[in-house]
Amino acid sequence: MTEERPIGPPIGEDDLQAYVDGRLPPTRLEAVEVYLAAHPAAEAQAQAEIEQRNLLRARLAFKAQEPIPSRLRVANILAEHSREPRLPWASIAAAVAWLAIGIGVGAGGMAWYGHLGASPTPVAQLAASDAITAYRTYVGERLHAVEVPAEQEAHLVQWLSRRVGKPLLAPNLTAEGFRLMGGRLLPAGDEPAALFMYDDGRGNRLTLYARSGGAGETTSFRFENQDGVSAFSWIDNGLSYVVTGRVDRERLLAVAEAAYRQFEAQPQPPAGGKL
Amino acid sequence: MNEIAALLEPQIPGLRRYAWALLRDDEAADDLVQDTLERAIGHWTQRRREGDLRAWLFTIQRNLFLNGERRRRRRGPHVGVESLETLPSTESRPDESSELRDVLAGLEALPEEQRSVLLLVAVEDFSYEQAARALDLPIGTVMSRLSRARERMRQFMENGRRTVLRRVK
Repeated sequence: MTEERPIGPPIGEDDLQAYVDGRLPPTRLEAVEVYLAAHPAAEAQAQAEIEQRNLLRARLAFKAQEPIPSRLRVANILAEHSREPRLPWASIAAAVAWLAIGIGVGAGGMAWYGHLGASPTPVAQLAASDAITAYRTYVGERLHAVEVPAEQEAHLVQWLSRRVGKPLLAPNLTAEGFRLMGGRLLPAGDEPAALFMYDDGRGNRLTLYARSGGAGETTSFRFENQDGVSAFSWIDNGLSYVVTGRVDRERLLAVAEAAYRQFEAQPQPPAGGKL
Repeated sequence: MNEIAALLEPQIPGLRRYAWALLRDDEAADDLVQDTLERAIGHWTQRRREGDLRAWLFTIQRNLFLNGERRRRRRGPHVGVESLETLPSTESRPDESSELRDVLAGLEALPEEQRSVLLLVAVEDFSYEQAARALDLPIGTVMSRLSRARERMRQFMENGRRTVLRRVK
């Protein structure tokens, strides 16, 4: 019995999927067709999947053919955007409202801005307090403020993400007037924490602190001031974040919002996914 | 400003279709698309210049969808494959034993990670590389999820929802 000489490497599941999607290059297509001709079960399966693909496309096509509602017109969204920046996050809106009506927070005082109105989460509180300590320790450092400088940002982010166990990023804060200096790894109880440091070129520095914790929780922004050092902290996606600086609350809030949005927009591996 | 509109608007039909396939509700789907566009516009300067706008937009939309799901799950009882039972009755065939089952019900029976891969590749015509980028996955994972998604869909279409439900649980 003569066997057809295989063209290229053995047929894999990826070839069969690409066959269904019509994405095989001609030479490979030939090899897959030879394979399918010899394997009726695989052939039937591929045909069923092609039919399924066509059905699915046909079934969903109507939505892409509908006229676009005016609320999705980019011009309308842009107009809305420039008129007043919409803050879809209840927590931020609430924080802004609190600030706007001028509720002062004295040194050592603490305020909760939130939809929950609950008592402080210990996880967030601890993180904030550790972050403020880290800020005090490193921000005055002239020579060794950071362990890895901003020039090696990709390496820094990758390293800290691996150590903290969650995908991190060093938010771009240039719109808020801050430039990344670099970062370092810190001990935080049983696990490591990441610290990014920024400066504004006028001697003001701030830090973004992140560590895992508070799984399953999402809190709103929480403001804290200890002896002139201000911090906004929040928990999202299993990470505690703290933005710390000796800057006024409005400026720090803008930084916290920017960092929050950039973390939100970051692609995340699904739960249980690899890192 | 016009440049933003010129780049974003061609993507809207696909974003609406993907949103609707995930949520199966006209209003909720357009809310999700609107949030996606607002977020994209707000972060316009942060998109990578050389990057793939389409993949970026779908990434944002999927993350917003997943965040919304997480919030919903925290608030209410868990909704999983049971939601199959609450599918709009107009979608189901009058004859349940019919060999032709509604492909959308099959889609609903997939875990989200498989559903998104299938939608991006089979409906939105993402290349495998683009899908890998949009979902932040290695390409091998994209291929195996795609293969599993189609297999499960096939079982659903061939055997009907009861069998799939039993297999899923």
